[in-house]
Amino acid sequence: MDLNMEEQMLKIKDLSVEYTTDEEVVKAVNHVSLSLNKGETIGLVGETGAGKTTLALTLMRLLPKVSSRIPQGAIFFDGVDLLKLPESEMRKIRGEKISMIFQDPMTSLNPVLTVGDQIGEALELHMGLTAEENEKRIDEILRLVGIDEGRKKDYPHQFSGGMKQRVIIAIALACEPELLLADEPTTALDVTIQAQILNMMQDLKRKISTSIILITHDLGIVAEICDKVAIMYAGEIIEYGTVKDIYESRDRHPYTEGLFGSIPDLEVESRRLRPIDGLMPDPTNLPQGCKFHPRCPRCMEACKTVQPPEYVDGTHMIRCHLFHQEQPLV
Amino acid sequence: MPDKKILLETKDLKKYFHTPIGDLHAVDSVSIKIPKGETLGVVGESGCGKSTLGHSILRLSEPNSGQVLFDGRDILKCNKHEMRKLRTEMQIIFQDPYASLNPRLTVSETIAQPMLVNKVCRKDELGNRVSELMDTVGLASRLYNAYPHELDGGRRQRIGIARALALNPRFIVCDEPVSALDVSIQAQILNLLMDLQEERSLTYMFITHNLSVVKHISNEIMVMYLGQCIEMTDSRELFKNPLHPYTQALLDSIPVPRLQSRDKKRKIIKGEIVSPIDPVPGCRFAPRCPKAIPKCTERDIPLRNVSENHQVACVLFEK
Ligand SMILES: Nc1ncnc2c1ncn2[C@@H]1O[C@H](COP(=O)(O)OP(=O)(O)OP(=O)(O)O)[C@@H](O)[C@H]1O
Ligand SMILES: Nc1ncnc2c1ncn2[C@@H]1O[C@H](COP(=O)(O)OP(=O)(O)OP(=O)(O)O)[C@@H](O)[C@H]1O
Ligand SMILES: [Mg+2]
Ligand SMILES: [Mg+2]
Repeated sequence: MDLNMEEQMLKIKDLSVEYTTDEEVVKAVNHVSLSLNKGETIGLVGETGAGKTTLALTLMRLLPKVSSRIPQGAIFFDGVDLLKLPESEMRKIRGEKISMIFQDPMTSLNPVLTVGDQIGEALELHMGLTAEENEKRIDEILRLVGIDEGRKKDYPHQFSGGMKQRVIIAIALACEPELLLADEPTTALDVTIQAQILNMMQDLKRKISTSIILITHDLGIVAEICDKVAIMYAGEIIEYGTVKDIYESRDRHPYTEGLFGSIPDLEVESRRLRPIDGLMPDPTNLPQGCKFHPRCPRCMEACKTVQPPEYVDGTHMIRCHLFHQEQPLV
Repeated sequence: MPDKKILLETKDLKKYFHTPIGDLHAVDSVSIKIPKGETLGVVGESGCGKSTLGHSILRLSEPNSGQVLFDGRDILKCNKHEMRKLRTEMQIIFQDPYASLNPRLTVSETIAQPMLVNKVCRKDELGNRVSELMDTVGLASRLYNAYPHELDGGRRQRIGIARALALNPRFIVCDEPVSALDVSIQAQILNLLMDLQEERSLTYMFITHNLSVVKHISNEIMVMYLGQCIEMTDSRELFKNPLHPYTQALLDSIPVPRLQSRDKKRKIIKGEIVSPIDPVPGCRFAPRCPKAIPKCTERDIPLRNVSENHQVACVLFEK
């Protein structure tokens, strides 16, 4: 199925991740397989608690040590299984080859270092610039994310949420990574700055073929910059395809359908939105069969007991019993 | 809006932060009026002072000058005791569902806290009241004893909403309450906030940078840029007839969930963002403005009425 194997820089195989709390086990990621080619951008979309951040943290090997467990799976990056690497080598990969923009800007900046020093630190680690070059590059990077360079001597608490987020983006992009994991990178930003940042990510992609996993809630952003889309629900990828498959195909997973129905449309005047009813299932006690069935408007008998297999049509995969007949002969 | 009853009003409200290199003008002479039961949307670039405005109104951060009138009463003149009472009527849902929750308190303790502090609920009724609030905001009862770090962003934000509702306030500053949430939950929470508004005639100041959300929920919208209000009008008018070049750029950059928009060349506004520290007179957007002329930076540009209910601060609309 994969035509260009050698271009495939990331391959996640049957990965599951669990968290253990006092007496419960949270199944945060369940049997996820996903691959990413060089220079490709994939949008990872899904509801709060779907396991998106967990998946990204697993790739970075930054899961909490005591409370998490990876019962199965492999993550091949440039052919090497990251899950088998010793920590010392993983540290080199982090920041040099894979960098991550964290979802939570408050905790990922060091409160006692100035913003400029933190960007400088990231540069020093990875580029070996002189002090002067370093200062120049810091100014350049700050301007790039729309912050007046005069503020590099400020501490994080003197910045607004969105400004902190821009600093984090600056740090992640500073080292020109091969793979960028961007966890909700622009949620805190207004659209004009968002447009600039998305542009920066596009540039990086063009310039050094950075592959990007973009975690977002915003189907608008996905439509603008992603090549592929993976829709995640309760730790599983329930739909996958090219943007064309997801946005323009007549077949869609009912969950994906619901996501589109929840967006306030600027062109339509309606006061009430039509969100998907109900809540994400309890990850300590996932439902039988299709995990979406308790909220699904098109639920059938089979959905309640039988886990739907992957139905594949070309580049488009849907995990839903509705598409039973359309399974192509393999 | 002559005969509407104004619940919250600010007059020339200013909040400056002292920094080693000068005063940072976070909120610079902002005057707003919010009628009872309505929503004022506040949009603008990150760092333009939206949160600071919200905090100044609630005196979580003491304004430097100006007035905040709540139900006609200048709350900046209230003493500690009066302020304490007023706080039950004015609440905030914080922007950051991660940092705003005490990690050592469980979900139920967090929601119960304001009721305990303000002694508005009998001890034996507290449990019921907390469960009721959890139900209102859609938190499963199994989470009663959970800690914030065990929860994802959406559920943490629901805790914040439940906590804000606990004291039955009349006015709520919603500081990006749905930004951290995905669209389906976002829609549920927006519907929830609108239902609550209808049931309890709540008045909101709704801060967001998401324009589709702000259009959806607001009666009036104020657009802020570096501490100042640069355009204010009702929601429909703003989207139909945006006047300030910054507002136009904002509306132009909204990503829409359709593939056709991909081919459309995104208009990126370029140029330096002016420092908010001791800003020079003139329009603060001018250095990035595609329509800037010399007049823009000669003096401060006041907010003007271009029609009965549409104000803009831009030389292009000065007579
Ligand atoms: N350290 C932890 N201990 C226990 N459970 C956790 C931990 N971190 C995450 N979880 C749980 O794992 C599940 C997946 O969480 P994750 O943060 O990956 O979701 P997400 O898709 O990133 O959500 P969001 O859109 O809110 O960021 C959730 O049910 C969450 O409550
Ligand atoms: N405690 C503080 N000390 C100094 N400066 C501050 C402080 N808090 C905020 N500021 C500054 O005030 C300005 C306005 O910040 P504010 O948090 O109100 O912005 P915002 O519009 O809410 O942004 P965002 O959309 O990113 O949340 C920023 O320049 C910020 O750096
Ligand atoms: Mg997350
Ligand atoms: Mg803010």
